[in-house]
Amino acid sequence: MAVNTFTLNGELVSASPGATVLEAARENGVEIPTLCELEGLSNIGACRLCLVEIAGSPRLQPACVTATTEGMEVRTDSERLRQYRRMILELLFAERNHVCPVCVANGHCELQSRAIDNGMEFVRFPYQHPDLPVDITHARFGIDHNRCILCTRCVRVCDEIEGAHTWDVAGRGTGSRVITDLNQPWGDATTCTTCGKCVEACPTGAIFRKGSSAGEMEHQRDRIRFIADARSKREWTP
Amino acid sequence: MSSESNAGNARPGRTVTIDPVTRLEGHAKITLHLDNEGRVADARFHITEFRGFEKFCEGRPLWEMPGITARICGICPVSHLLASAKAGDRILAVAIPRSAEKLRRLMNLGQILQSHALSFFHLSAPDLLLGMDSDPASRNVFGLMNAEPELARSGIRLRQFGQEIIEALGGNKIHPSWAVPGGVREPLNSEAGERLKARLPEALETVNGALDLFRKIASRFEEEANALGDFPSLFMGLVAEDGSWEHYDGKIRFVDADGTVVGDGLDPGDYRSFIGEATENWSYLKFPYYKPRGYPDGIYRVGPLARLNICERMGTPRADEAWAEFRKNGGGRPVSSSFHYHHARLVEMLAAVERIGILLDDPELVSEPFRAEAGINRLTGVGVSEAPRGTLFHDYTVDRHGILQKVNLIIATGQNNLAMNRTVLQAAQHYIRGSTIPEGLLNRIEAGVRAFDPCLSCSTHAFGQMPMRVALFGPEGERLDERTRD
Repeated sequence: MAVNTFTLNGELVSASPGATVLEAARENGVEIPTLCELEGLSNIGACRLCLVEIAGSPRLQPACVTATTEGMEVRTDSERLRQYRRMILELLFAERNHVCPVCVANGHCELQSRAIDNGMEFVRFPYQHPDLPVDITHARFGIDHNRCILCTRCVRVCDEIEGAHTWDVAGRGTGSRVITDLNQPWGDATTCTTCGKCVEACPTGAIFRKGSSAGEMEHQRDRIRFIADARSKREWTP
Repeated sequence: MSSESNAGNARPGRTVTIDPVTRLEGHAKITLHLDNEGRVADARFHITEFRGFEKFCEGRPLWEMPGITARICGICPVSHLLASAKAGDRILAVAIPRSAEKLRRLMNLGQILQSHALSFFHLSAPDLLLGMDSDPASRNVFGLMNAEPELARSGIRLRQFGQEIIEALGGNKIHPSWAVPGGVREPLNSEAGERLKARLPEALETVNGALDLFRKIASRFEEEANALGDFPSLFMGLVAEDGSWEHYDGKIRFVDADGTVVGDGLDPGDYRSFIGEATENWSYLKFPYYKPRGYPDGIYRVGPLARLNICERMGTPRADEAWAEFRKNGGGRPVSSSFHYHHARLVEMLAAVERIGILLDDPELVSEPFRAEAGINRLTGVGVSEAPRGTLFHDYTVDRHGILQKVNLIIATGQNNLAMNRTVLQAAQHYIRGSTIPEGLLNRIEAGVRAFDPCLSCSTHAFGQMPMRVALFGPEGERLDERTRD
């Protein structure tokens, strides 16, 4: 099979045709920070945390949706990239109310981990402190919009894996919210199958199992890839 | 500690300000109002912090409340954790597993021990051992380390032991999110249990040593015992069904200054029927009072002194003996001097060490289950616990899904507010006469507050450090003098 050969952080590497920069980097043991990406789901390049430098391109490109090409030169780490990544994280923290010490996902949160990994020591932007609701009308799960970063993993996993499409996004800009059905309380959303995939996929404590106390909400995010893999390999189909 | 500028400057018709008040938990100031003859006409203990937990908890899910409210305080997070979890138990309408109750009790005893050790060894021992008039620069735990290194060391280790109990159960020494509506998240693992047992003899020796020491020095402080908040008041706290000392559950009892039980078997959940809350425009702290007596006559004290005054026994052999000796201070009636809070704290530390030993040997401590599961079965719930500083109430109202609609927290220090004000006034009237105010006398007024071991950050639900200010006002209300200490 033909492969693409390209330069990754100064090293010559190869990738299968059609592989994204992110996939190729992972195959070659290079970590690129991500947030909205989750293995098993489609990629949308929403969070911009995986931005990389590509020689000849004036713009930074999101690694999760940029295909590798023969001869490309990619840099995944530079002072400029680190600055942008910190800024993205700071903006996410400033936009809603992320109070780590009392969050159900404290210690198990991808936003928190990325902030630590990327050296985000403070937030330079004014906190917006929006007044956002918590919906725990569902029998088993809850959504706290204060902690949502609009990654849309819940929307994608519900649509692409479960096929229920209970979740969607309403509103524009900072007024955007993930919603269930036609913006009804989750407990009234008749399309929800209570499968819990959105709970496992959520990178933060925004979607949680009811009854979770601070730091208690652990996600099994690799379950989504497990299901997607099993389905693509037709492991459950005779 | 009061600032130098005030000492020796008590002109008639002025106000002396002690600000900040040191060696207590939180921000406060004291103002002393002098009349034209230079006598103290009025004295006020002002709490100058504001926090707002009751407001910003609205809208949160019930199950998050123990973790959130534990953040009210770094000294007694466990009290809030337990009161909050118990309010949650009531809303779930469950009887929690017996093992969970015992584990919660164990953690509360660890906290009472560490908090009392902090109050006695770190905050008050400098006054008691180095002297009320000793140099303010070294009248602190560091001065104590120089003068009495072994005592300071054992006191710090005793506090560490209490903290280790909390950590062994909750994973963190401070702010564990471990007790939850319905029970607890984790039991005690056997390895940690054995480690804690091994430290018990040293803890017992330290507490006994502190009691011996207090017996020796008590006679030096007879004047303080009479001047620092010695007045009749009611006493309130939880007692067990058999009338013994209680720190986690039980019913509320009120005892008056003569030792007469004026309210007994009161359900903490009905606190509104017997506790009123008044406000004053000069303090962020509310002024709770016993309703049948009205405001301000319904003044009552809570905490170690009150708990020992309302119970009939401690319930463990060594503590029972120490309790009987303590009660002799009252001569057949409740012990009325707030100075004896120190002594009461030592008796409670002894009881805590004994009870920790009993619990660590209890096989039920490790028997599953540890957590009852239930949905929202009631819309209101009151949780109560005996915090180191006194009875703590968490009162929640939720919607049918468990979102908090209303939160009311009644904090131990708040309930001692009237008594602390009266203590400051009594101490000021006793010590400030004529035209000079030596620094040591201002320190005695602070010590009057310190005896209560108030936690101001808890009671006003505030942020910040813990300093104090004293102001001196004239008869026309003009500020005459002021001292600030950061």
